[in-house]
Amino acid sequence: MARVFIPFALRKMTGGATDVQIAGATLREVIDNLEEMFPGIKERLVQDDRIKVGMEAVVGEQPTREGLRAKVAEDAEVHFIPHIAGG
Amino acid sequence: MVATQEYKVIGTRPIRHDGLDKVTGRAIYGADVKLPDMLYGFVLRSPHAHARIRSIDTSAAEAMPGVVAVMTANDMPEAADELVDLGEGAINFSHASDHIMAMSKAKFKGHPVAAVAATSTNVAREAVAAIKVDWEVLKSAVTVDEALAPDAPVILDGWVGDDLGEKSTKPNVGSHFRHEFGDIEKGFADSTTIIEHRYDLAMVHQGYIEPHNGTAIWDQEDRVRLWTSTQGAFTVRTQLAGILQLDESRIKVTPTEIGGGFGGKIPIYVEPLAAILSKKSGGKPVRILMDRPEVFEATGPTPGGWVSVRLGVKDRKIIAGDADIRFDAGGFPGSPVGAAAMCVFSCYDIENTRIDGWDIIVNKPKTAAYRAPGSTHVAYAIECIIDEICEELDLDPIQFRLDNASKEGTRRGDGPIFPRIGNIETLEAARDSAHWNAPLDKNPGNGNVRGRGIANGYWFNVGLKSSVNLSVNTDGTVMLIEGSTDIGGTRASIAMQAAEVLGIRAEDIIPTVVDTDSVGYTDVTGGSRTTYATGFAAYKAAQNLIDELTARAATIWDIPEDEVVFEDGKFSSKSDPELSMTFKEIAGKLNETGGPVSSTGAVDLENAGGGFAVHICDLEIDPETGKTDVIRYTAVQDVGKAIHPSYVEGQMQGGAVQGIGWALNEEYFMSDDGQMVNSSYLDYRMPTSLDLPEIETVIVEVPNPIHPFGVRGVGEPPIVPPVAAIANAINDALGIRLREAPMNPGRILEALKEKNG
Amino acid sequence: MVDKVHVKTTINGQEYEFLVEPYMSLLETLRDVLNLTGTKEGCNDGNCGACTVEMNGRIVDSCCVLGAEVNGGTINTIEGMATAEGLHPLQQAFLEEAALQCGICTPGFLISAKSLLEREPDADEHRIRYWLAGNLCRCTGYDKIIKAVQKTQATA
Repeated sequence: MARVFIPFALRKMTGGATDVQIAGATLREVIDNLEEMFPGIKERLVQDDRIKVGMEAVVGEQPTREGLRAKVAEDAEVHFIPHIAGG
Repeated sequence: MVATQEYKVIGTRPIRHDGLDKVTGRAIYGADVKLPDMLYGFVLRSPHAHARIRSIDTSAAEAMPGVVAVMTANDMPEAADELVDLGEGAINFSHASDHIMAMSKAKFKGHPVAAVAATSTNVAREAVAAIKVDWEVLKSAVTVDEALAPDAPVILDGWVGDDLGEKSTKPNVGSHFRHEFGDIEKGFADSTTIIEHRYDLAMVHQGYIEPHNGTAIWDQEDRVRLWTSTQGAFTVRTQLAGILQLDESRIKVTPTEIGGGFGGKIPIYVEPLAAILSKKSGGKPVRILMDRPEVFEATGPTPGGWVSVRLGVKDRKIIAGDADIRFDAGGFPGSPVGAAAMCVFSCYDIENTRIDGWDIIVNKPKTAAYRAPGSTHVAYAIECIIDEICEELDLDPIQFRLDNASKEGTRRGDGPIFPRIGNIETLEAARDSAHWNAPLDKNPGNGNVRGRGIANGYWFNVGLKSSVNLSVNTDGTVMLIEGSTDIGGTRASIAMQAAEVLGIRAEDIIPTVVDTDSVGYTDVTGGSRTTYATGFAAYKAAQNLIDELTARAATIWDIPEDEVVFEDGKFSSKSDPELSMTFKEIAGKLNETGGPVSSTGAVDLENAGGGFAVHICDLEIDPETGKTDVIRYTAVQDVGKAIHPSYVEGQMQGGAVQGIGWALNEEYFMSDDGQMVNSSYLDYRMPTSLDLPEIETVIVEVPNPIHPFGVRGVGEPPIVPPVAAIANAINDALGIRLREAPMNPGRILEALKEKNG
Repeated sequence: MVDKVHVKTTINGQEYEFLVEPYMSLLETLRDVLNLTGTKEGCNDGNCGACTVEMNGRIVDSCCVLGAEVNGGTINTIEGMATAEGLHPLQQAFLEEAALQCGICTPGFLISAKSLLEREPDADEHRIRYWLAGNLCRCTGYDKIIKAVQKTQATA
């Protein structure tokens, strides 16, 4: 099970839970299973079959470069953070 | 800590490949582009910070001899009102279009409203002056607090920002987000020492010496060619495509040499205007160069605003941290407050944290990235508060930082866990440095007083996409084709990584930065990513080249491919020691054995390994005048692996000095009605050589495990600690805490007056 | 339209003869009339030094001089610093000491530093920093520029 951290703005949808244990071998499966548990949350994270522009998914320690196809390890952490850029 | 791996090329200091052209005046920068039959453009800009355009009359300009084309926002194609990924950040093309040329309302002083192409710059300037605009001047809001006030004007009509997942009820909120982990209330309840302060910073500019520029042709087949100095030709192509509503494949962007960027040359400004004026001129080339006031008033500085931080400490451990970060985004949403939120607690391991980030729309130029965007702001707040805690609890400032330092496994303030980072090693190197261990005579006897300050800083460093092509010449040299603008020696640092793999000299690689038609997609030179990511692409391309050449060696020797090995720059046979060829020897045989050999390498990388910088600063202050001199300065930084140490040192020194300017002098000095009143170098006052001492550097190398040579991003971390280090040194000298930057003589005298009654 | 001004001048040892608009700065004249684009524009108001050239033996910000003023005079620009014999020692030192990053300010620094070393070959660090304070660099923090000038002194 991956440990999925819920962005603060979406914690209303998870009853205040900061993080939840979710099954899934890929980020797509994890988000689909998250949607099962908290209906409506997927459209806040995904648009046009990719992570929403302006947001990035961290799988493990790093922002994933594989989008929804990213492999999620058994005990990985998953975060959704604002996309940030450098100078 | 020093990396132990031995290299032949990496870590040496060859002369950069583009150096000769740059010391002889031969290098072509954006303003040096000249095309046959070229026209010269100039832009009419709003004299008001906030004003509605009732009407524009361009007839007098159009009638002037020498004027070929005049444009207004009516000539801008209609762009989509949605967020599009730009690699480094995202862009809303509708906002971008309105930003490039105001549709109905000027949102900052300098906002373009019309442009002219003429046979000379002088005619274009005169024509612009002849354009009549009927303005309805509106009330403006130039600070975060003004824009959030109940009576604030609506700046961006129709905008509704996101406020913690709900629609904001305040018109000028670009967005408001929060990160929260642990139990923040309990953390503060358990704390025995709590310190909270708000730190304010003025808007500042990157200050690159070369103004923005663009030369464009929009021909009758709807193909656009653009020459410009930019941090990323492909990102310019994406922006142009969205703003001009053309397919990317119809646009070719040629990056010229670039005279500095620091994040400010990622967005585009005059480029689409040059293209549209070209179209309206029947496809003649149009060149637009900004002048210096235009650069200050109408490009993207880094935000002003404020950062409020509260820290709770128990048993010398920071157990709670709360931050409220509010940045002025400029006339459109999109300040780097997200990065600021990521960075604010990143030097520390704090169990309970809450971070609020506010992006606020104000009547100032739309902000852009500036070297570790947002991190300098938050370091000013937290590193000064750390200093106060050490003062109050009588703790050593480096030991306290070490006791609380983030390390591999620490949860960052925005959630993710740190991979291998060199925070502790960097602090230890600062602790052990000559500077930190040298005594400081606090009263030198001339009436002045001296103080020493220290601060830490973090930047995450991005990865992203890069492409490199290699081809072998028969003389054993290798052409390296890349798409990364070279702002500070990256042709050399990228070529060196390929040379290391190929077992040849850096000088035997001939690197060229090419246009968007001539190499695979490459993201901007920004985010401290170029030596890391384009270097990684060069490493991959070089590995692929070795594979090709291994196959060729097998053909030449007529042995199976798996019999051939490449080691120490030589191809040889595993079984027959007589069979051996250097890289140069095999290159000489290519033409008789199957023809040319080339390779490519492309990457899309994760972040470039977080970078930490600890700076130590000694100041001497004249208490009569408030004048502050930096008398000794040391920059310590974990760079992963220094490919070309001279240019690594150069980044550390240059970043430190930009930070020193930010701390002591630089600011957008705004009048109440939103006019920048110091839009010249004379009045903006960046540091000169006379203002500074030698900038000492200590390179720490904690290899980044996901890069073949251990490279971390280098360019951005060194601008993070200086403002805080200087504030702490001022406190050490005078016993005053300055919580507003710049900490100029006026503010120092004011604080001294208050302290001494 | 006023008439153009006829100018005869020596630039980098070569005789030049041209017409220039009376309002044009020497910087515009060099760049736009004579195509000597090695001299750079950073601010066009005499504050950044990127356009530094030597005029009649003194360094000037060429944006603050009129092109017409150089009639009968002698100008030296970055294009004249290297010769058929090779680079000027300062140019070589700038390369070896990594004294440039983006390079836009480099021509101005080289012209200023050359002028200093011709007058005061033994200038100390403070004097070098004072002399070069009219040239802004935003990339390097000046450290390696100062060291390149000192290296040139040491090898002279």
